[in-house]
Amino acid sequence: MKYMNLSIEELHELLISGKVTSDELVKEALELSHQVQEKCNAFVTILDDAKGTEVNDNLLSGIPYGIKDNYSTKGILSTGSSNTLKDYIPFFTATAIENLEKSGAVAVNKTVLDEFGMGGTGTTGHTGVVKNPWDTTRMCAGSSAGSAAAVAAGVYPYATGSDTGDSIRKPAAYCGIVGYKPTYGMISRYGLFAFASSLDHCGVLTRSVKDAAIVVDNMKGIDKNDMTSWDSSKINLTKSLTGDVKGKKLCYIKEICDESMYPNASKELKEHLKNYRGVLDKCKELGMIVDEVSVDLTLLKALASVYVVISCAEATSNMSNLTGIVFGPRAEGDNYYDMMKNYRTKGFSPLIKRRFVIGSYVLQAENKDRYFHNAQRVRRLLVDTWKKLFKDYDAVILPVGSGPAKHLDGSKDILDKDTQILEEHLQIGNFGGFPSITIPDGFINGLPVGVNITGNCYDDENVLNIAYALESSMNYKGQIAKEVSHE
Amino acid sequence: MSKYITMIGLEMHCEISETKSKVFSSAENSYKSTPNVNVRPIDMGFPGTLPVVNKEAVRMALMTSMMLGCSQPEYMYFERKNYYYPDMPKNFQITQETKPIPVGIYGKLEYECNGEMKSVRINNIHLEEDAASQDHYSTYSTIDYNRACVPLLELVTEPDFRSADEAVAFLETMRSIYQYAGISEADSKKGQIRCDVNVSIMDADKDPSDPKNWGTKVEMKNVNSFSGVRDAINYEIKRQTELKEDGTYDEMEQQTRRWDEETMSTIYMRAKVDAIDYRYFVEPNIPKYKLSKEWLEEIRKSIPRLAMERKQEYIDKYGLSNYDATILVKEKAVSDFYEETIKLGSDPKIASNWVTSVILGHMNKNDLKISDLYITPTMLNDLIKMVNDGKISSKQSKEIFYKVLSDKKEPKVLVEELGMKQIGDDNTIRELVCKVLDEHLDLIEEHRKGRNVFDYFVGQVMKATRGQANPSLTAQIIREEIEKR
Repeated sequence: MKYMNLSIEELHELLISGKVTSDELVKEALELSHQVQEKCNAFVTILDDAKGTEVNDNLLSGIPYGIKDNYSTKGILSTGSSNTLKDYIPFFTATAIENLEKSGAVAVNKTVLDEFGMGGTGTTGHTGVVKNPWDTTRMCAGSSAGSAAAVAAGVYPYATGSDTGDSIRKPAAYCGIVGYKPTYGMISRYGLFAFASSLDHCGVLTRSVKDAAIVVDNMKGIDKNDMTSWDSSKINLTKSLTGDVKGKKLCYIKEICDESMYPNASKELKEHLKNYRGVLDKCKELGMIVDEVSVDLTLLKALASVYVVISCAEATSNMSNLTGIVFGPRAEGDNYYDMMKNYRTKGFSPLIKRRFVIGSYVLQAENKDRYFHNAQRVRRLLVDTWKKLFKDYDAVILPVGSGPAKHLDGSKDILDKDTQILEEHLQIGNFGGFPSITIPDGFINGLPVGVNITGNCYDDENVLNIAYALESSMNYKGQIAKEVSHE
Repeated sequence: MSKYITMIGLEMHCEISETKSKVFSSAENSYKSTPNVNVRPIDMGFPGTLPVVNKEAVRMALMTSMMLGCSQPEYMYFERKNYYYPDMPKNFQITQETKPIPVGIYGKLEYECNGEMKSVRINNIHLEEDAASQDHYSTYSTIDYNRACVPLLELVTEPDFRSADEAVAFLETMRSIYQYAGISEADSKKGQIRCDVNVSIMDADKDPSDPKNWGTKVEMKNVNSFSGVRDAINYEIKRQTELKEDGTYDEMEQQTRRWDEETMSTIYMRAKVDAIDYRYFVEPNIPKYKLSKEWLEEIRKSIPRLAMERKQEYIDKYGLSNYDATILVKEKAVSDFYEETIKLGSDPKIASNWVTSVILGHMNKNDLKISDLYITPTMLNDLIKMVNDGKISSKQSKEIFYKVLSDKKEPKVLVEELGMKQIGDDNTIRELVCKVLDEHLDLIEEHRKGRNVFDYFVGQVMKATRGQANPSLTAQIIREEIEKR
């Protein structure tokens, strides 16, 4: 018995034809959860008493999945991977999860993230480091680390994620799977623990573009509880996957992915970029037009700072509600302020506290214009630049990161400051709320790497179809992590 | 003439009480004495909750902005004001700052103070959420989240008031506006109105239009009643004047003080230099949205007649005195009752007499609201009509009025039950008169001799009809019948 490596459609066929039951699938997913927990430490909670559901016409009915632990789930521990909420059991469920429940999907675990999504390593959750199933000495990236590890390890066909900078799309690349965040507001954020509200997106990690389309078709929808959500009822992602991409126009940005930009490139980076150029050739073979474009390097260099300023500012405000008074483990103290202070001092990791300090600093009256408002201005410039590209092109195609997953022991990686733009450019997708998808595009030393396709707002169908066509021309669809050997 | 000019500015907070739900939460917006019953997850700041703007609250805020002659923004924005406080579980308040502009900026309002028209400039008005309410006891405090996220309008005036009277007259005008526009009960007993008051004094021989000549601003936080505002201002004028006289005024720093009801004095809280940096930024969960011209026009057209307008109409159209008209419009419910009665056909002056003397007299004596009374405009109209038609006497109508209130029965029913019908029919009375005269032929003789027995005859007719005969008609018929004999 081994079903969890299959696609959603394959599982649905088996369920409908009675060859397997939902209960059997759930049992297998739970067993695999415990195995992967041993190996990768991917879960905060494994829902051992999960039961199968009735199978109906909905492709997701009866099939197990995982939920990132920053989604509020009624009656189920929801920690945000933070000590501040280590015993928090919500009394309401996030809209996106409610939508999946209505589809008949069965949650079997809650996955580890970087504390409240603030981090890109999968190492800062309160339950410890998440290890990459391809090589447990390496990281999954973050923050959707547990979801990426579990899907790559074949625990179930999909898990939900959230993406504020690249938190779905980078772990997907490091784990050799698909990571998709749709246009801002397509999926309601109600019940997602806020990190930086103007950048936060819900999304999904899967092993194929089609599975991503199926899941998001079931997660999305306008929500009266989220004013930034919009009516996407006319959009059917699954049906839009025709594979016909002839004449579609793609562009890549020279300043981000041309080898000449990285004179000190490591061997891995060189291979990664070479592999990426091969992917561009595949796009052309599929009948797409691929152009090189140029973007002001000064603007691109500001990207990382813009992200830090805006995300930290919003985060410090969003997380002011964590006081331990109304919920969370209440701290001791002589008065309200001491109780709050003790709770926050003890509960948050140093990384988060550092970000709160930055966030408060950039919002202070005397610094606000210099940092916060300037960051918003540059954000606008970057978004306008990308929107201009989308006037001529269906999507921007770029490599994800500077190579395969980094080592958990940072000293093993050669730090290359020059590659910052390559590491951070996915954040533009959050600045503009653009639909953005990462798919696996090859291997370096047995470890997966990814490529990203980002399009204009509301053009999700087009973006997914391009990714679908490209995926079909490569051999990484549906792959399950195979551990590399260490000599 | 005082040596000093007083400059007073107000920040008036008024809860919008007439929306169904709260301003950013779907919880019910109503005053409840049971704590923590109007609560949704966002009111307690649970993780993952998001604010959703109540369109009706925005409509009312924009209407207030219009009534104050302010300009309305092209786009609606909300901002976060970040600070930690036990009554704010999110630890930020969703509000509006002056940039980008709130629901209203730069307006002007005319108001009446001691019979004189005055004018105050409005700096801005903005829509925000209220905090939870707290009660403090010796060893613990309690928090009630019913009030958290209730829509609140904060109005900021320029320092245009020159006395406590003016400030209070303005507040009373605003309360009336909120009530007449159906925006708020504006009941300070329910904590719906709270004020911050700024007071400074300057030398009277200098030009008050030049800010350089202004004194040092002292702000008093959370003054929760109109009488408190009056007392706090007067206390502060006295305190600051004494500092001037001592020559120590210039040493006083810009500061925030607290009005203490018990000691009837203001108490130092903090200096301006210690002011909190609220780290405002635009609320990312509420996308800015354009206010359509059509919607704004629709709101403008729906502004109801306010007290001043009604009062003028009562004077011009109905010929009421300024005094009576002022009394009638003081409470919207009373004015509505009066207008309803007139609409049913009652004479405006007679109806005014009823409302201002009988009804309001009863209400004031028993500390009741007009809605507490069993009588309706229809019943009052019936009473007035019965007197007019001569069916009952005016004295009887008063009796019936109090019976209506005590027995909770309609006037028509009571008149019937008490057999209290006035006999106004000529033939019926004439018959009775003839009978009385026939029985007292001797007295008619006496009458002719000059003895006054007229009242005796009237009395006999009244006795025979148990007081129901129309007195003037009876007198006339008696006179006629005596002439005939």
